[in-house]
Amino acid sequence: MTTAIDDELSRLVAPGRVHRKLYTDPAIFELEMARIFDAAWIYIGHESQVKNPGDYFATQMGRKPVVLVRDADGTVRVIRNQCAHRGALVVATDKGNAPEFTCCYHGWTYHLDGRLKAVPLNHGYPQGFDPKDPKLAMLQVPRVKSYRGFVFASGSNDGPGLEQWLGHMTTSLDDLIDRAPGGEIESAGGVFKHAYDGNWKVYFENLCDAAHPLFTHRSSIEAAQQQSDDVHSDGTGEIAIRQMRQNGAPYSFWESQLGIWTYPNGHSYLGDYHDDSKLVAALKDPVFREYIAALERNKGKAETKRILEVRRWNSNIYPNVSLMSQFQQLRVVHPIAVNRTVVHTYSFRLKGAPEQMFRNTISFANIVNGTGSLVLTDDLEIYNRLDMGMSSEGAEWLQIGRGYQSDVPDTHGGRRGKNSTSEVYIRNMLDAWLGLMTGRQTTPARAAS
Amino acid sequence: MAKRRKLKAKSSARRQRPGPARGPRATRRGAVSLDRENCERFLLHEARLLDEARFDDWLSLFTSDGWYWVPSEPNQDNPHDTVSLIYDDRRLLETRVRRLASPRIYSQEPRSRTSRIIANVSIEESSTHACTVRSKFVMIEYRRESQRLFAGTAFHHLVQADGGIRIASKRVDLVNCDAPLDGIVVPF
Repeated sequence: MTTAIDDELSRLVAPGRVHRKLYTDPAIFELEMARIFDAAWIYIGHESQVKNPGDYFATQMGRKPVVLVRDADGTVRVIRNQCAHRGALVVATDKGNAPEFTCCYHGWTYHLDGRLKAVPLNHGYPQGFDPKDPKLAMLQVPRVKSYRGFVFASGSNDGPGLEQWLGHMTTSLDDLIDRAPGGEIESAGGVFKHAYDGNWKVYFENLCDAAHPLFTHRSSIEAAQQQSDDVHSDGTGEIAIRQMRQNGAPYSFWESQLGIWTYPNGHSYLGDYHDDSKLVAALKDPVFREYIAALERNKGKAETKRILEVRRWNSNIYPNVSLMSQFQQLRVVHPIAVNRTVVHTYSFRLKGAPEQMFRNTISFANIVNGTGSLVLTDDLEIYNRLDMGMSSEGAEWLQIGRGYQSDVPDTHGGRRGKNSTSEVYIRNMLDAWLGLMTGRQTTPARAAS
Repeated sequence: MAKRRKLKAKSSARRQRPGPARGPRATRRGAVSLDRENCERFLLHEARLLDEARFDDWLSLFTSDGWYWVPSEPNQDNPHDTVSLIYDDRRLLETRVRRLASPRIYSQEPRSRTSRIIANVSIEESSTHACTVRSKFVMIEYRRESQRLFAGTAFHHLVQADGGIRIASKRVDLVNCDAPLDGIVVPF
């Protein structure tokens, strides 16, 4: 069915360009919350955040409060964080363990799977009142599905299944898990919550942008290049400085050496750019040698070789999660308003890997995801400036045409840039955006084709 | 001769920076005693260096293996097993300070201005040549038409060195360390 709104939305995405309204219009943002964040598969959390029955993790799905919880039977659920009585938020702490959930207003109590358990003073309700009515619950989100421990939920009963939605991107989730010698990963090491005044989409549009580091991150690249290695470090600063220096690779390297791949439903990943022996597990460092030995013991030499040859930087799973499988990082994007976004970032411990490797992961997290990072703070500044710039009466159409005429088809229904700095991943996300926003899933790609 | 040079240095410092901007000075006998008064004077001196964006001078207050830590969680046990808003060993702290001076630090274009109040200073632990000082701070950061308010508790591990006081480590516990925060560029 065609509506005037859908037609207008379709006009905002054109070959190689996008209208700035997509990033500044509050009405479009409201539609995104309904048509994308209430419909598509949204990443909620990792099962290791709720290891035992009663463990819960309160988060948001789009802007809506939900609770990831392991119920008494061990099943992982995602339930709406709202009391069925008068509507109060029931779970008010970020995480914890509880035998049941009790609303602080009148004491309505819920089972861990969201079913109503007890209502104080229940004799006062009308005759038809039935505490067993399934509508009187902390309602379950319609579809909840885990891919190997990564829990996604969809607010819609219809639509593709999770694995169909993820498509080839399951290989990035696999990569994170495969890297654990013990075959399991665990969310650990705390969380960063970094915020900026800007639209949620610009965050993803930066993560596979191989053309910006050399310019945006110059201050940290130069400061790291000038740093003496003779000065005391406990290892933390060494990791950070090596990472900043890697960002200083020349344009020719960013252009041709990485690779950028995109897949249906808005997903993409950028190939890795690291060649530093302390940062790349496949290279020779005492900690990594110990790690590789553990991998080989558990998985054999051939499989270990295959795992270490998977070299990806950011893998973006549209619309709200991005991971660095090689560096055990995961970022979850929470849209707050058309011009306000919060990103939560998590680290993972690889079971069976040397403990020092996890400590290096934490040092790495501090420099790539830290709120006080010497690198990320310049990205956050860019997101703010995008919002400020787009509110001027400047150019109406934003240029996302890099590589437009040279991108090539790839296996698994994807397209990849002939050049690593192709903006094909932005065009690919906007095609998915248009599909979700207008329901015209079968429309030929507009931005990318 | 030595005496004259000392006087000269003192008067030129006065010309550059009016008011009591300097930290505690060594007595004629040598080391500065780490009593509460000297420690407080040292903290005020440090705060002033930061407010005046004299980051190189701030860096020189740290020992050669000193570290600076802003945890991401209340009661965080250590900076190695949990992420931190900032955790800089000496090498990274030098890089951070060098970047602050860069004309290409876009997150400081325009520059922040800060104003700090340090209070409730107490000595928590002390030995002959070192002590841990606890203090409260409030810092206002102004940048690009908006003000942010930070508050928290600082723990300075101070040592006697070079005839004065040096920071062996500084831990800053923000009251909102686990809140969503916009980028942090100016040190606390």
